[in-house]
Amino acid sequence: MTKADFRTSAARAVGDTQLRKNFRRAMDGLMEKRTAAFPDGDELERLRTLGESIRSRSLAKLPELLVQLEHTCRENGIQVHWAETAEDGNRIVLDILKQRNAKTLVKGKSMVSEEMELNHFLEAHGIEALESDLGEYIIQLAQEMPSHIVMPVIHRNTAQIAELMERKIEGVSYTENPDELCKIARKVLREKFYKADAGISGVNFAVAETGTLCLVENEGNGRMSTTAPRTHIAVMGIEKVVEHLQDVPPLLSLLTRSATGQHITTYFNMISSPRRPGEQDGPEEVHLVLLDNGRSRILADPELRPTLRCIRCGACMNHCPVYTRVGGHAYQAVIPGPIGKILTPQLRGLDERGDMPFGSTLCNACVEVCPVRIPIVDILLRLRAEANGPEQGSSVKGAGAKRDGKEAMAWKGWQAMHASGALYNGLSRLMAKTGNMMPGSVAPLKAWTATRTKPRFAARTLHQMTRKRGVPNE
Amino acid sequence: MSDRSYPERPECVYFFGTCLIDLFYPGAGMAGIELLQREGLKVIFPQAQSCCGQPAYNSGFREEARAVARNQVRHFSKPYPVIVPSGSCASMLRNRYPDLFKDDPDETAAVDFSKRVYELTEFLVHVLKVDLTDLGAPVKVAWHGSCSMQREMGLREEPKRLLAQLDNVDIRPLERERECCGFGGTFSIKLPEISAAMAADKAGDVERSGAEVLVSGDCGCLMNISGTLEAQGQRVAPRHIAEFLWERTHDKG
Repeated sequence: MTKADFRTSAARAVGDTQLRKNFRRAMDGLMEKRTAAFPDGDELERLRTLGESIRSRSLAKLPELLVQLEHTCRENGIQVHWAETAEDGNRIVLDILKQRNAKTLVKGKSMVSEEMELNHFLEAHGIEALESDLGEYIIQLAQEMPSHIVMPVIHRNTAQIAELMERKIEGVSYTENPDELCKIARKVLREKFYKADAGISGVNFAVAETGTLCLVENEGNGRMSTTAPRTHIAVMGIEKVVEHLQDVPPLLSLLTRSATGQHITTYFNMISSPRRPGEQDGPEEVHLVLLDNGRSRILADPELRPTLRCIRCGACMNHCPVYTRVGGHAYQAVIPGPIGKILTPQLRGLDERGDMPFGSTLCNACVEVCPVRIPIVDILLRLRAEANGPEQGSSVKGAGAKRDGKEAMAWKGWQAMHASGALYNGLSRLMAKTGNMMPGSVAPLKAWTATRTKPRFAARTLHQMTRKRGVPNE
Repeated sequence: MSDRSYPERPECVYFFGTCLIDLFYPGAGMAGIELLQREGLKVIFPQAQSCCGQPAYNSGFREEARAVARNQVRHFSKPYPVIVPSGSCASMLRNRYPDLFKDDPDETAAVDFSKRVYELTEFLVHVLKVDLTDLGAPVKVAWHGSCSMQREMGLREEPKRLLAQLDNVDIRPLERERECCGFGGTFSIKLPEISAAMAADKAGDVERSGAEVLVSGDCGCLMNISGTLEAQGQRVAPRHIAEFLWERTHDKG
């Protein structure tokens, strides 16, 4: 596989006018909905402060909260498993399924399972994992990755979905009626829910004091996946734990309003045990797989730790002018957009994805809307420095991997010119005199002049003008 | 509006011209100095100043940025306010220097310096409380507030309040006023395709607004948007806000 490179894939995406139209329209709608869901600016800021403090507190106490969660879950009859890496996580899930001779399973939406590439892994071991979230179901048909963390199929319009369903599902004729399309999917999925041997879900919040797994969804597929099959396996990143039950309502409110502008989702599941004696329904066993996969490393660095506050609402991507123009696939990462640009390089290493932190204008639109106030721009800047910086002593995997001798030399030259007043005065005067003779066709100016006129040096610098006008030097 | 607390009107200020203004828009720098001088202030322009260091800092070259930043900290050492005609450079000087000099021998000086930094329109509105009289002919303008001005400095209304004081200036609203123009410093040459797409959208917005003049407080954005407009053959004149204000309010006779 060739190395992922944001510039190349983004350049391709930006030229796809249909894709850009799909995203612009969808993101405009989502931004409007979020704005409408927070009519009171002061309330929003109070809620963001609360959300930030809940998540910060949870992270500060993470090791002890995880131990507590394990304990309370076990008391509730939920079996807890620890996975250091994605491979460990996959292996744990497979073992559980094998022991129960499970051959088919239904899945609720889970970004962690995407991170683990669980479907792929299970398929390779002869187990069919069917996505049951409508959007996830569609991209599974298309064999694509999610292009958005909340709305995985947002890159496709209705006609594109209609065409896909006609081609991929037996006995289905072409229709652009959304209700009909839903019905088709529903029919397929119903059947699978009844027959599936196991269900897999993600977790939005896990409550340490009560051992409760919270699941936010709109389609009821999450509830079906976690109640209809005999075995339910929940997978979650270790950062998702919160301390108290009362920490959940503010986070839930921030999550749904920031994500889709909903005050509450259609379904909110609180899973606290398998089926108890005498109960009519629910799974016979519930498993919780806690995945680290690089998160501990992020947690250990106080400047990078806020990355883990994320509650996966997607507001940063909805408001991102770059994401809006290229869509989620251009990032070639499970989590795209601004949060993806800081999370992915930390999880996968700067050697693998050191390109991502540079794909931003640092406009701060994401920071302005983040419900838990993650300082995304500060972290982007830190990761840029780590990508160029020395590997030694760095807490980030793959630090120094982006260092390029030519660029480093150029910045040393820039430093020499600008760190000395005398040298700067001399060279800037020279540039004013000769700069306009530089042809626009040489790199890096070429990238600029492809769509813009060449910047014109003024005949005299401000330094020269102020001296001439007698503006005092001290 | 900015929620910062402001000092009394000083007698003397420093002017930090920025490297882009120095080389490409010196008229904007001169106009900024003249706006301050007209208010009776002594304006000092240290000749040893160069660049705030942001290009290297944002590219991940902190050591190089720090060396350049040190040059500024040392040449703006007296306790005067430092006025910067750019939201972006002002934010670098104000918000990034304390971190950049953490555990450095110059930390105290850098922190002190950063606290004295004001963006030009911020200073004109909150400290000098200027009262402008428009002497120019009727004109339609579009205002582009840079991302750093709006979101890092928290200066959304200040420049527009100054423009609103000018009776003959018709401010044409942009459809997506708050959206980034795609400049992003080295972003514009490192990811040129996205940058160009964003700049083209912004240029289209400006063009549709019917503005004759595009006013901004940041020369990077100005160069990006007007360079795009010019390449498309559009005739919208770019003006830094300092130059625009000065041109319309000083008596040429």
